[in-house]
Parts: sequence; structure tokens; C-alpha cells
Amino acid sequence: MSTTTQTAPGTEAPSYYDLDEHEHPPGASTMLGFWLYLMSDCLIFAMLFAAYGVYGGSYAGGPGPKELFELPLVAVNTTALLLSSITYGFAMINADEQNKAATLRWLAITGVFGAAFLSIELYEFSNLIHEGAGPWRSAFLSSFFTLVGTHGLHVTFGIIWLVTLMVQVARRGLEPANLRRLQCLSLFWHFLDVIWIGVFTFVYLLGVLR
Amino acid sequence: MSADTHGHGHDSAHGHGHHDAHDHHGGAAHGSRREYWIGFLLSVLLTAPAFGLVMTGVISDPRVTAGIVMALAMVQIVVHMIYFLHMNTKSENGWTMLALIFTAIIVLIVIAGSLWVMYHMNLNMMPGMGGEMSSGGM
Repeated sequence: MSTTTQTAPGTEAPSYYDLDEHEHPPGASTMLGFWLYLMSDCLIFAMLFAAYGVYGGSYAGGPGPKELFELPLVAVNTTALLLSSITYGFAMINADEQNKAATLRWLAITGVFGAAFLSIELYEFSNLIHEGAGPWRSAFLSSFFTLVGTHGLHVTFGIIWLVTLMVQVARRGLEPANLRRLQCLSLFWHFLDVIWIGVFTFVYLLGVLR
Repeated sequence: MSADTHGHGHDSAHGHGHHDAHDHHGGAAHGSRREYWIGFLLSVLLTAPAFGLVMTGVISDPRVTAGIVMALAMVQIVVHMIYFLHMNTKSENGWTMLALIFTAIIVLIVIAGSLWVMYHMNLNMMPGMGGEMSSGGM
């Protein structure tokens, strides 16, 4: 009994490292890396939220959130983004099931919702600028345009990415590399929705309450 | 909790098993239709009251409304993390969760710290000297 617990004379010397090379399939660490990118992006938004928190009350004699923000418009925007989140989820599920046509269809629907969100936001921005409440008007508006604009810019790049992936999937199908890319965009897209929760709550709803 | 429903071989004891799983699924957990629907319905149930409270102004004290709205947002962020971003303690051997917790701490420090410091700075400024703060841009 006791001899079996010790190193038996016939066996090889114990090794403290992996003798054979591990397999590192391409993209094995992509998801973790992309997650870390998202976390750093989160920090960018934290800075912008902090800036808005500090400057949000500095109207410089100009208009405040109560006069400027139209909550029904923001509600429609929030709905569009929320719907685009679940439609992207359906695209991912269909991609996992290797259903190419349905994946492309759901991706297209997601893109439409994303575009709707973006057009409403641009409409809101142009309205504000026409009313003379552009980013130059006050520190409040500077920080507002920076924060909401940065989010909108992310959505814009998300849509460009989405269209690119639709072309990729249509041409090459749902191969592992494309699935991985779809998954990265999935994280990105849902992450933007999480940021939007912060925006509509802290900027719009609390701004109107202020 | 949610990881049980995916069952993508995360319980395989060997490192190689893990690598195979990661090769296929990128190490991130996946959702099901049911999970997406639950997440979506919960977000609707959390978003609608927030907008409703502010737009109708049923609660006369705006501070109470603000508190409720912020609480709803916090819950909704967690709901999105679980049902849409599929956060759990198991994916990538817990590294995603660790990164998330670290980020959350930094975010908290940045936002709470900025508001705290700037609030006191504004308070301590003489009214005549406050012009720089209120008119200066970014």
C-alpha cells in the first residue's frame, strides 16, 4: 500500500510543466479579449457620465433639461434599442442552429431598429441645435452632446459592423470564424443597451426631474 | 444558476475538454429563446414604470421618483447582464466576472468621486468666483 503512494521506480520522472504543446485554436481567447475591450469602453462612458454629473446643472443661463428633452421621443428610442437587443438575440440563436437565412433576417431587423434609434437621435440633436441649444451653449449641453453623441457613435459603428457581418455570413456561411464575430458583436450590441439604460435614466429621466 | 441551462460541457474536468468547448463556443455562455424573452419582458417591466413615473408625475416628491427610477435602472442593468450578456461566474473560468467587478469598482470611484469632489468645490467657491465653473465648457 505505502509503495503505491510514492513514485514507483518504473514510472517517468514527474514533470512540472506541460510536455506537449497545448492546442490554441484561433480565436480561443477572442471572447475574453473583447470583453476586456468592452470593460475599457465602460470606463470611457464612466468618465463621460461623471463629466455630465458635474456639468449637468451648469446651464449658463441657457435652457435646462426640462425645456429641452422630449420624453416621448426618448421612450420610442429606448423601445427601438430594447427591441434590437432581443432581435439580435434571436439572430444569435439561429446562428447557433446553423440557420443562415433566419440569422440574416434577424440581423437585418436588428439593423433596422438600430437605424431607427440613430435617426431619432439625430433628429433630436438637429432640433436642439436649431433651437440654439447646441453643444456650445452651456457646459450642460457640452457634456450632454459628448455623452449621448459618444453612445450614438458606438451605435453607428455597431450598425456598420452588423452590415459587414451580414455580407460575411451571406458569402461564407456560419463558419466558426463568423460565429465568433457574431458573438463579439452580440456583446457589443447588448453592452450599448446597458449604457443606454444609464443614459435614459441619469440624463433624460433624472434631468427632467431636476 | 443560469449556467446550468446551457450545459456546454463546462463541467468537464480536463483542460483539453475546456479548450474544445472554448473552440466551439468562445468560452462565453449562450442564451436560449426563453432566456431572451425573460430578459426582454423584465426590461419592459422595469423601463415602462420609470418613464411612466416621470412623465405622469404621480409621485409629488421628485426625490422619491428619482430614487425609484435609479433603483429600477440598477435592477435593469443586472437583468441585461444576466439575460443578454450571459454573465456568470463560470465563463472564461471567472475572468470575465473578475474584470466586470474591477470595472464596476473603478466606475463607482470615478463617478462618485467626481461628484463628491466637484460638489464640495462648488460649495466652497465664492459666488463671484463661480463664473468659471458654470460658464466654462468641457
